[in-house]
Amino acid sequence: MSIYGYLVAGALLLMGSAGIVASRNLVHSVVCLAVAQAGTYVLLLSVGYQRHSPAPVFGSTSAPTKRVVDPVVQAMCLTDIVVSATITSLLLALAIQIAKRHRTINPDELGALRG
Amino acid sequence: MNRTVRIWLFAIGALAIGTCLVIAFVGMPSFGSTFHPYRDMAIRAAVHHATANAVGSVNFDQRSLDTLGEEIILLASVVGVAALLRPAGDERESGPSPHARVLEPTRLLGYVMLPLVLVIGADVVTHGHVTPGGGFQGGVVVASGVHLLYVAGSYRALERLRPIPLFEAGEALGAAAFACIGIVGVVSASAFLLNTIGQGSFGGLFSAGTIPLLNGAVGLEVASGIIVLIAKFLDQAILLGGRGP
Repeated sequence: MSIYGYLVAGALLLMGSAGIVASRNLVHSVVCLAVAQAGTYVLLLSVGYQRHSPAPVFGSTSAPTKRVVDPVVQAMCLTDIVVSATITSLLLALAIQIAKRHRTINPDELGALRG
Repeated sequence: MNRTVRIWLFAIGALAIGTCLVIAFVGMPSFGSTFHPYRDMAIRAAVHHATANAVGSVNFDQRSLDTLGEEIILLASVVGVAALLRPAGDERESGPSPHARVLEPTRLLGYVMLPLVLVIGADVVTHGHVTPGGGFQGGVVVASGVHLLYVAGSYRALERLRPIPLFEAGEALGAAAFACIGIVGVVSASAFLLNTIGQGSFGGLFSAGTIPLLNGAVGLEVASGIIVLIAKFLDQAILLGGRGP
């Protein structure tokens, strides 16, 4: 199917978002956000994919050719992964702080603001 | 908001977004096709600067300003985590439990793998412009390798191996080195982060101009940043442990 890869990306995005909405645990919702972001990796790599083509890394045995997968989206995917890792670490640190202050990490029980 | 209402509201939104996505996907170039105009231009630019790893060329040559921004994001998040996870006034460090026991095979594997993983990480950083890899990947490998010492069961040894102030300085140094290499481009040529110095021969260790230098700076920053990041979380779990709900 010619749009199969893109559909997987869309499905990952929606599944991750559904997990965040239905979450009863802040750590679980952080992991769901990572799943939703994984959809963007799949989308980027699907956009750059070309059938029967090797990776865009050349060497003494593989002369430079244009019959390779797209390096631009792979580089963007790397950026994406770095951003995802930093966001995950920040959110987990926030979850630790919330657990300390409110004694709960269930978002439904975090109704009131507290200084 | 009520949980049921929230889930129904999401279902409606998800249905709309899903429909829009499918409409967009149907109009995209088909999966695996040969139509990649940016690929053609990026490969030409990579070969022009004698860079065997085209992904590295995109990251550290063609889009190096974005990579500087990415590095600053990483730096900011490490600073943010350090600020969020500093010990509060009523918390005291209790020290790791002396009763922690580790299986002998785990301990052996940890000590055998530690030097191996560090060397692999250094290799991934230094050959980032000729083989798959680069500063980000290698930095993460090095940072993970250091924590094999913790898996091998000795938190105190880990603390001796990675003095945190040193790695905080290393992180700042990595970010500053990236910017300084960029300024060299301004001074020697015309543009920030321009890849100007000698390009070397295609596929050689000394090739691709500033890309290996930038890989080294990023490798230093990422390795130091991740080590500081994990240290903050480990401190929460081990030294201040047992206070959460």
